[in-house]
Amino acid sequence: MTGNDQLPALLIAVPLLSAFAVSLAGLMNRQWCYPIAVAALVAPLLASWKLLVHVVGNGAVRYRLGGWAPPFGIEYVVDHLNALVLAVISLVAFVAAIYSRRSVEKELPERIPHFYTLFLLLVTGLLGMTITGDAFNLYVLIEISALSTYALIAVGEDRALVSAFNYVILGTIGACFYLLGVGHLYIMTGSLNMADLVRLLPSLYSSHAIAVAFILILVGVWAKMAFFPFHAWLPNAYTYAPTATGALIAPLMTKVSVYVMIRLMFSVFSADFVFGTFAQQDVIVWMAVIAIVAGSLLALAQTDFKKVLTYLIVAEVGYMVGGVWLANVNGISGAVLHILNDALMTLCLFLAAGIIVYKTGRHDFGSLQGMYRKMPVTMAAFTVGALSMIGVPPTAGFFSKWYLILGAVDAGQWGFVGALLFSSLVNAILFFKMIEVAYYEPMAASHGHGEHHEVHIDEAPMSMLIPLVGVAASLLVAGVLTREIIMKVVRFTVPPGL
Amino acid sequence: MEYLISKFNYWVYVALMMIGLYAMISKNNLVKKVIGMSIFQTAIIVFYVSTGAKKGATIPIIAHGHGEAAEAVIEASQYVNPLPHVLMLTAIVVSVATLGVALAIILGIHRKYGTLEEDEIMEKVRQP
Repeated sequence: MTGNDQLPALLIAVPLLSAFAVSLAGLMNRQWCYPIAVAALVAPLLASWKLLVHVVGNGAVRYRLGGWAPPFGIEYVVDHLNALVLAVISLVAFVAAIYSRRSVEKELPERIPHFYTLFLLLVTGLLGMTITGDAFNLYVLIEISALSTYALIAVGEDRALVSAFNYVILGTIGACFYLLGVGHLYIMTGSLNMADLVRLLPSLYSSHAIAVAFILILVGVWAKMAFFPFHAWLPNAYTYAPTATGALIAPLMTKVSVYVMIRLMFSVFSADFVFGTFAQQDVIVWMAVIAIVAGSLLALAQTDFKKVLTYLIVAEVGYMVGGVWLANVNGISGAVLHILNDALMTLCLFLAAGIIVYKTGRHDFGSLQGMYRKMPVTMAAFTVGALSMIGVPPTAGFFSKWYLILGAVDAGQWGFVGALLFSSLVNAILFFKMIEVAYYEPMAASHGHGEHHEVHIDEAPMSMLIPLVGVAASLLVAGVLTREIIMKVVRFTVPPGL
Repeated sequence: MEYLISKFNYWVYVALMMIGLYAMISKNNLVKKVIGMSIFQTAIIVFYVSTGAKKGATIPIIAHGHGEAAEAVIEASQYVNPLPHVLMLTAIVVSVATLGVALAIILGIHRKYGTLEEDEIMEKVRQP
């Protein structure tokens, strides 16, 4: 593929250099920041799509940074699993960037250049975490994305500063545990390249140091993805973050961390070690069950719809971790497919929630009153996202949940089946509660005006509405194309021999 | 006893790490929490750097590396392993950046709530 050889490098370099361009442009004229950021995100979108097509056609791509041969140099590797995740990240980032314009102008008028600089750095970090084939490089990129996230959350409203501080502490603990795990691997093998590690490790699988390294890495990644006992930082941080930040980090951060877990489990360690030597499937699937049930119950207790969505993210992380640890083809396929679907449906719900916050300035249930009459298009898209979250066919959410349930039945994990059904039920209750308020309850403003109050349609601006409608449509498209996605991409991500 | 002494670098890093973790979890003052975070990160840096060390080895610069002597065989055991040290340069940069972000957030918190004690902040957060 002549001319396309540099795609993996361009994918990272364009958003990284554009971040500097945005901050320079912001010194001269802050009107330029938004167009530069959106234009810069077209490049990863095209590059990741080309890579995905190439990987589906010809198999994995390896790229040597600076021409240094691995294991001495850093290597970028794109296979079926991360080609899919790269495409998801670029798509979500592009949509969130288009959407961000009005809400950033309203919420952060003084900080437009800083916002877009950090936005692009975060996208760079996430793309880098996904594409890299080097364990230490992964640590650095985890920290790049985490540092930009801390700052992006801290500029939010109300409690944002305190939540950002808690996130800094927990995020640092997570990253340090990961680094410590990598240190153990380095002591034992003398290598940091993932392809090299997976070749060197099998003779050491019985060693305690390797088991400790694996546990340290798992705990570190779990703290980053807010897997249940480590979830405490997430709900407040995501609720009080600025709208445009929420639209980017809520769909991506947890999902990319789940990807990192899958990558480390199967590309640094192997299915043999993880499910054969280490063999703690039962414990971890039960932890996922607790995560799903606890996330759902905590979501039920909230009176703020943005916070409900954040607790549902905690439950969804349980879906994906549990799915991978079911250790069979359907479970892992379901988890990988759920990375795609959950990113899209979380994006859809956060975009719709962001529009309501933009229009009303609030995010409690009361602010939803009369929304179906006031903003019919926004609420229609919200409903599609809600149906997908509940798992109603033909929306995308149904299919990944279906694969997860099939996998749980294959593995005989009935607790996990129960948790999935319970969580669907809770989702149904929560979303119908929101839809009921939005559909039946009259607008708060109509008090005292009696029945004669006229309802004006007051839709969101086009720059927010078009991305939202596009994402809602993509949920249906992804649902219809599930078979294609599974056959062409997802089934290659399952490690052979399962 | 010999086991303790031969692996003393690991004991040092474990002790430092626990001090950091303790400060992060149980201290009430936000600056103390950040100091704990810094100690925690430093513990891992100590761990990495100590793994590169070897008894009787020198800095990893090849003596008389030019001319005829360059042909001489290089004994890896005579030089300390430079890779963990180089990795830690990056980790130090990361920890400085984290420290900077954390302090900036603390500054914002102090401006908004007028205190750095966690319990007092939580009180003010709960009743606006």
